[in-house]
Amino acid sequence: MNLLLLLIVPLIAAIGIMLSPRVSAVRQISLAASLIQLVLVGWLLFQMLNTRSVSAQPLYFEKVYQWFPSWNIQFHIGVDGIAVSMMILTALVVLAGVLISWQESILPKEFFFLLMFLSLGAYGFFMARDIFTLFFFLELAVIPKFLLIGIWGSGQKEYSAMKLALMLMAGSALVFVGLAGIYLEAHSFDLSVLSATHFPVAFQYLFYPLLFIGFGIFAALFPFHTWVPDGHASAPTAASMFLAGISMKLGGYGCLRVASFLMPDAAIHYAPVIIVLSTCAILYGAFVTLLQSDLKYMNAYSSVSHCGFVMLGIGVFNTTSVYGAILQMISHGLMTALFFAAIGMIYYRTHTRKIDELGGLLAKLPFISTVFVIAGLCSLGLPGLSGFVAEMAVFVGSWEDKSLWVRSATVLSCASIVVTAVYILRATGKVIMGPIRETFVALSDAVWYEKMAAIFLLAGIFVMGIAPFLLQYVIGNEAATIVNRGAQVLINK
Amino acid sequence: MLVYEWLILKQEIFLSLLIVGILLLWLFRDLSNETWIRIMNIFLFVNILIGFTGFHYGKLFGDTFLSSPLILFEKVLLSFALWLISLFSYGWLRKMKNLPEFYLLLLTSLLGMYIMLSAGNLLLFYLGLEMSTLPLAGAANFEFNSKKSSESAMKLVLSSAFSSAILLMGISWLYGMMGSLDYSVISTQIGHSPLSIMAFLFILSGFAFKISAVPFHLWTADVYQGAPVAVTAFLSVVSKSAVIMVMIPFLYQTFEEKIDVWYSALIMLALASVLVANLFAIQQLNLKRLLAFSSIAQVGFLLIGLSAHSQTGATSVLFFLSIYLFSNLAAFGVVSVLSSEYGKEEIQQLSGLYSTHPFLSWVLALSLFSLAGIPPTAGFFGKFFLLLSGANKGNYWVIAIAAINMVISLYYYLRVVKTIFMNHPVTPMENKPLAFPVKFALIICLLGILVVGFLGGFYEHIFQLLNGIN
Repeated sequence: MNLLLLLIVPLIAAIGIMLSPRVSAVRQISLAASLIQLVLVGWLLFQMLNTRSVSAQPLYFEKVYQWFPSWNIQFHIGVDGIAVSMMILTALVVLAGVLISWQESILPKEFFFLLMFLSLGAYGFFMARDIFTLFFFLELAVIPKFLLIGIWGSGQKEYSAMKLALMLMAGSALVFVGLAGIYLEAHSFDLSVLSATHFPVAFQYLFYPLLFIGFGIFAALFPFHTWVPDGHASAPTAASMFLAGISMKLGGYGCLRVASFLMPDAAIHYAPVIIVLSTCAILYGAFVTLLQSDLKYMNAYSSVSHCGFVMLGIGVFNTTSVYGAILQMISHGLMTALFFAAIGMIYYRTHTRKIDELGGLLAKLPFISTVFVIAGLCSLGLPGLSGFVAEMAVFVGSWEDKSLWVRSATVLSCASIVVTAVYILRATGKVIMGPIRETFVALSDAVWYEKMAAIFLLAGIFVMGIAPFLLQYVIGNEAATIVNRGAQVLINK
Repeated sequence: MLVYEWLILKQEIFLSLLIVGILLLWLFRDLSNETWIRIMNIFLFVNILIGFTGFHYGKLFGDTFLSSPLILFEKVLLSFALWLISLFSYGWLRKMKNLPEFYLLLLTSLLGMYIMLSAGNLLLFYLGLEMSTLPLAGAANFEFNSKKSSESAMKLVLSSAFSSAILLMGISWLYGMMGSLDYSVISTQIGHSPLSIMAFLFILSGFAFKISAVPFHLWTADVYQGAPVAVTAFLSVVSKSAVIMVMIPFLYQTFEEKIDVWYSALIMLALASVLVANLFAIQQLNLKRLLAFSSIAQVGFLLIGLSAHSQTGATSVLFFLSIYLFSNLAAFGVVSVLSSEYGKEEIQQLSGLYSTHPFLSWVLALSLFSLAGIPPTAGFFGKFFLLLSGANKGNYWVIAIAAINMVISLYYYLRVVKTIFMNHPVTPMENKPLAFPVKFALIICLLGILVVGFLGGFYEHIFQLLNGIN
């Protein structure tokens, strides 16, 4: 299968949306495109596993197109297990996002156009095997996010949109300087070429922080996480889902695939800093969440905390922890998208997101309440749901590091789960349980498109939680290949 | 001398005939403005096509007039920009008195640029430069009853006269040292005497004035704001591009000896330009002033690419100029419509433009994204390559400062986008249909913004043209 298909479908859909005369056609095109994408990604997974069972390769469906020969830049695409699993996440979240915005009434054409465009950027990012292409797709998503939050958002939307765009652009600027450094050292942007290059250690010490912080801003690295709460809280539901579910994963994926993979010496050298920062994010995020009275802010801060686990896994940099980081990216993507979907559905009906103003929704909104509870339980790491698997893997991985202070960091991070339980259960108690408020008596439960959206995400969460070995099979040894470069460094020492 | 050797002058000959033709036609026939515009648009298009007719190489008049595929390409680019400007200014041109005069002035200016690009001798170069600047002062004054327009023309004349004087001073010193003004003589005999450095710096300051690099930029904002949009677009795209195109062989070949001097000078000019222009741009309330400061910042980025002193550096500069042409002309095209049809030039007046004018809003937004260097617009590729070639001497701090400035610049571009898309209209604007030429020009610009960046082949083409540049 040609991977370009995954880029062409959203592109055609986006153009079709702009040209279509009726709102219903806009919705149908978006839904069709996201369903096609899901099928394509599923087919891609199937084919990849088939090929791999015959002969394992570092990359599947690889394609190289000449682009700027005088710079030695090719349009190089290909996937491996990690990329495919991130693409499955993208397909699910985009599909759910399209379904949940079915009734979008303000400028629906532009809304779905931007949504398709965002998904195009994410697919491109995950399949890129050339860091120029990767950077292109990383920046591609900034403007659609700005417009989605600024036009369809709520609250201080313009402030949040501007903050998000400028902070992400600052991240890109750091990444750009890092890329320029890599290029001038190796005269190539191709990851396959670069992975065979060993960069001088002094060079790595200088450029690793640039790349890591640059990508880290996208992944809510503490203390550069401040765009997350405002951005997520102001964005419309589908955009929040996309932002938290996929966009933040671009950063984590970049940290792993570009920064730590290419510069293992520096990854080991700076590990203490990353571990401290991510522990800060985990604890700080969890405690700040306790204070939130707005459901969206609550979920946004808890995202900061959860993304801290991703960074912790990458920081510890052993096979299990990196594997855990990848799992956490996917799990958090599904879980937080589901949570935002549930909050969006509640907000659409009650017109409030304040925890204190809600209550007893279970009686009138059983489906939505169930979704809300499951998302919450997944967030606090209940066994059987995806959150448990992912966080467990990160903890086991970081416990493997025998130094006292990494273990203390692990224990502290583990302790954050208790805090998570406090805010999740308290929110559930106040919003879902108790006597229903009079104003909410007339509410009606989720309709078909909302149910569909939730079911797709729920399916992902359950499959990952009950049968984690499936995902392990897909990801395979690829976490190990990334880490092996680091292990090699340690052996040489 | 064979006749066909003279054919390397084909574009200059055509333009001169066109200018004389306009004069004669104006004398004998009383045509309506619409007819004039139609005729001129056709001839301006023919002028582009003439660039593709062959006769690439040649030297005339004892090596004072040169031609090469590179120079032809640059001339075509400038002609293309003038054609687009003429198309999108339709609304303004239609209402104008003495319309042919306007074309006369701009065409003369273009002819001057042709001469400047082809010059192989500082004297001819100076002639071309003056010929390209002076008519613009007349054109800037074309809104006869607007005081601002006259002010802008006056400022343009004074500042360009001042910069020319400095330039001429440098040229005369060089002549005093070497007794010749041929590029070939200068490049071999300039040496390292303090006098030659002084002379070179004078010439470089003259250039910096013309491209309005900081600290020689003070005339820019006032002139851009006061002049009619068509002239502002011409100043910011065509004039600047022409001078930067001349700077490539000038710095890389003629004054290659002085690389130490011009390298540090360019870096200083570049960083000052991006920083100062961006900080000033944040404050602007008027769209034309904003674009003026943004164009100063763009010049800063161009100078970073130019400082690379490599074939890829020069290629990136020309590649960026082609992209800048589309992006900036698209922005000015929209401003031209807004200002001539609705009389709106302040950013605040554009609140909620999207609800009444979606097409104009998208064009303006995409052109600003392109100027900010955000994908998928071509500006991303342009800036990426400029900075990447600027870094090739290991000057990471230069591109780090430039990259930070891209973030600052994003702020003021996004502020305009925010006003258009997110604010609510104060007074809803009535929706007048766009005239065909305007729409046509804007669509061409839009295609350019969206497509040119992806064209690796185009980049390679420029790269080949620049073979042997250093």
